[in-house]
Amino acid sequence: MIRLPLVLVFSALLFSAGVYGVLARRNAVMVLMAIELMLNAVNVNLIAFAAQLKDVGGQVFALFVIAVAAAEVGIGLAIVILLFRNRESINVDEVSLLKW
Amino acid sequence: MVGVLAAETAEGAEHAAAAANWFVQNAWLIPLLPFISGVLTLAFGRRTPGKGPVYGILAVFAALVLSLGVLWSFVQGGGPYERTADWFTVGPLHLEAGILVDGLTAVMVVVVTFVSLMVHVYSIGYMHGDVRYTWFYVVLSLFTGAMLLVVVSNNVIQLLVGWEIMGVCSYLLIGHWFEERTNSNAAIKAFITTRIGDVPMMFGFFALIAATGFTTTNIGETTEAIAHGEVSTLFVTAAALLLFGGTIGKSAQFPLHVWLPDAMAGPTPVSALIHAATMVAAGVYLVGRLFEVFVVAGEDVLFVVSVVAAITMLGAAILAIAQDDIKRVLAYSTLSQLAYMVAGLSLGEEGFTAGFFHLFTHAFFKALLFLGAGAVIHAVHSNDMSDMGGLRKSMPVTFWTMLIGSLALAGIVPFAGFWSKDELLVVANDTGTTWLFVMFLGTAFVTAFYTARMVLLTFFGEFRGHGHPHEAPASMTGPLVLLAAATVGVGVLGAPQLGAVFSEWVYFGHPHEAHFVMWIAAISTLGAVLGIAGGWALYRQRKDPDPMQQALGPVWTVLVHRYYIDDFYMAAIVRPIRDRVSAGIDWINQNVIDGVVNGAALLTRALSRVVAWVDRNVIDGAANAAGGVTGTTGGLLKYLQSGNVQWYAVVLFVGVIALTIVFTRVA
Repeated sequence: MIRLPLVLVFSALLFSAGVYGVLARRNAVMVLMAIELMLNAVNVNLIAFAAQLKDVGGQVFALFVIAVAAAEVGIGLAIVILLFRNRESINVDEVSLLKW
Repeated sequence: MVGVLAAETAEGAEHAAAAANWFVQNAWLIPLLPFISGVLTLAFGRRTPGKGPVYGILAVFAALVLSLGVLWSFVQGGGPYERTADWFTVGPLHLEAGILVDGLTAVMVVVVTFVSLMVHVYSIGYMHGDVRYTWFYVVLSLFTGAMLLVVVSNNVIQLLVGWEIMGVCSYLLIGHWFEERTNSNAAIKAFITTRIGDVPMMFGFFALIAATGFTTTNIGETTEAIAHGEVSTLFVTAAALLLFGGTIGKSAQFPLHVWLPDAMAGPTPVSALIHAATMVAAGVYLVGRLFEVFVVAGEDVLFVVSVVAAITMLGAAILAIAQDDIKRVLAYSTLSQLAYMVAGLSLGEEGFTAGFFHLFTHAFFKALLFLGAGAVIHAVHSNDMSDMGGLRKSMPVTFWTMLIGSLALAGIVPFAGFWSKDELLVVANDTGTTWLFVMFLGTAFVTAFYTARMVLLTFFGEFRGHGHPHEAPASMTGPLVLLAAATVGVGVLGAPQLGAVFSEWVYFGHPHEAHFVMWIAAISTLGAVLGIAGGWALYRQRKDPDPMQQALGPVWTVLVHRYYIDDFYMAAIVRPIRDRVSAGIDWINQNVIDGVVNGAALLTRALSRVVAWVDRNVIDGAANAAGGVTGTTGGLLKYLQSGNVQWYAVVLFVGVIALTIVFTRVA
């Protein structure tokens, strides 16, 4: 049995990597992947607590998160494709049309 | 005991009711019927075949039948009858709606409905093709109803209502052809002149109501209180004089007589009904109805009344000589004859019956004369006697009927006028009022003279007008014949030789015993014959200028100008008032009203300036400031919206962390 604090530290590192990816990467696909990392960090947390507390609710939530993440990636990638078709670029810095 | 008394009272009431027949008890129907027909004519007249006279004629005919039923009760010796319903109560004052039927009322309703019916029928022919034919009948019916309301009223308020409706109807009918300025002026003159008399009369009514301590308007109760001396003499005297003001106005006595000759501007049937037979008699009726007031007020008041009557009587009769307009001759004759009635009443209890008998006979023969004059005017299309002459051949029915009317007016036996005039002379002699006796005789002479002049200028000599005059249609000659029959017949009702039944119906105090004095009858007949003979001598052949003009010289000029009374009123009263009033109103208009308007405008302008300043600076300032602040804030805040998604995400994360720290600290 892996101890809970270890799992939590792992999860936190994973989430931090995700945050870094979202904030720092310019490639939109990479940003989407970073979001995926953050979601999965949360999933790890949910599973860990579910095992620890012997509560199946955490696993159910994890399944929901996976489903939502799949949908989100589907839409996100569609946006990225359209963006590329219009701009021939997927650099998020250049997509700043929606401003004052 | 109380029960017995109550039973006795009920029995007494029943007994009184038995004496009054159905017609008397339902006399309120008599004024109601013409009012209803007036409304019906107004509503449906134009759509009815014949354009509307049918309602009025049927209603007035029904009213005549009812009136004859009422009179029948008195022929059988019935007593007076009163019936009231409470109308409303103001404090201690009970206003009632009710009827008082005594012999005087019975005679009056018969006269009014009979003459009105004749005029209704006559007008079918006379007013044929008139622009306001239906309207004419509406007002005619309304007038008849109002007059009947006056005669059946048992209280002064109801009487006043009828009185004023009559005034309005008179105004409307005199001005029936208002397209011509003179006609509308005559209508206004009549209305305002009678109003001058009505105002004191109204105060007289108030005085009567006040005399009873503001408890009743009932005529019977009021006069009873006065008769028992419950009211101070000064009060009664004032009330009597004020009431006589109404008579002076409505019955056109000097000095308010000026409206009646001008009222001839109305259609002739109207002159017959309103300005000869009925409405002008209302003033005389008023004195008769409230006679107790005059009797208690005493000799002095009655003397004033007789002086006014005497002046009117002779003055108007003399004026009639100088008139060329046939209707004006009759109008002045009416003034003079009304003065006869008033003078008769001024002789006190004894003269009451005689005065009203003259009213009764005069109504028939004066209506006859006016309707006859109308037929003549209808034929020659002119009021002026210089356009007439020689009409006895072309208009035989009109001639003979008018001759009967004229002889009655002149006072020739056996026509109605003789009996009533003789009665007045006898009373004047009995009461020792010699000066009035002389006035009566003098007036009778002048009356015969101008009547002869009128008949001779109209029907004798050569025709001086244009075209070919022809006899009037049957709807006009029919009433003439009926009225002529009445003129011959009604005299006997007051003839002393035949029992003088009239004095059993109409009396004040106790029944007046009419008697015949041969020498008086002889003198009056002599006067009348002399007058006619004088007229025959001067006017058998019309001469130009008028022979009287040569005989009288400057006096004639005075007569033509009606003693300058109208001119005097115009110059002394009407113009100054009118001019001053218009000048005053002009001044008020220029200064007060314009001032108010201008002031209001200036004030508005000043206020507007202030408001504009406030608007521009305060309100606009607030609005602009709100806008400006919002704009500036927005302008500063917009830089947060960079469009860079990652920058948003940074803010989001920083925010989440900040919130986390805050909430963990708080918890």
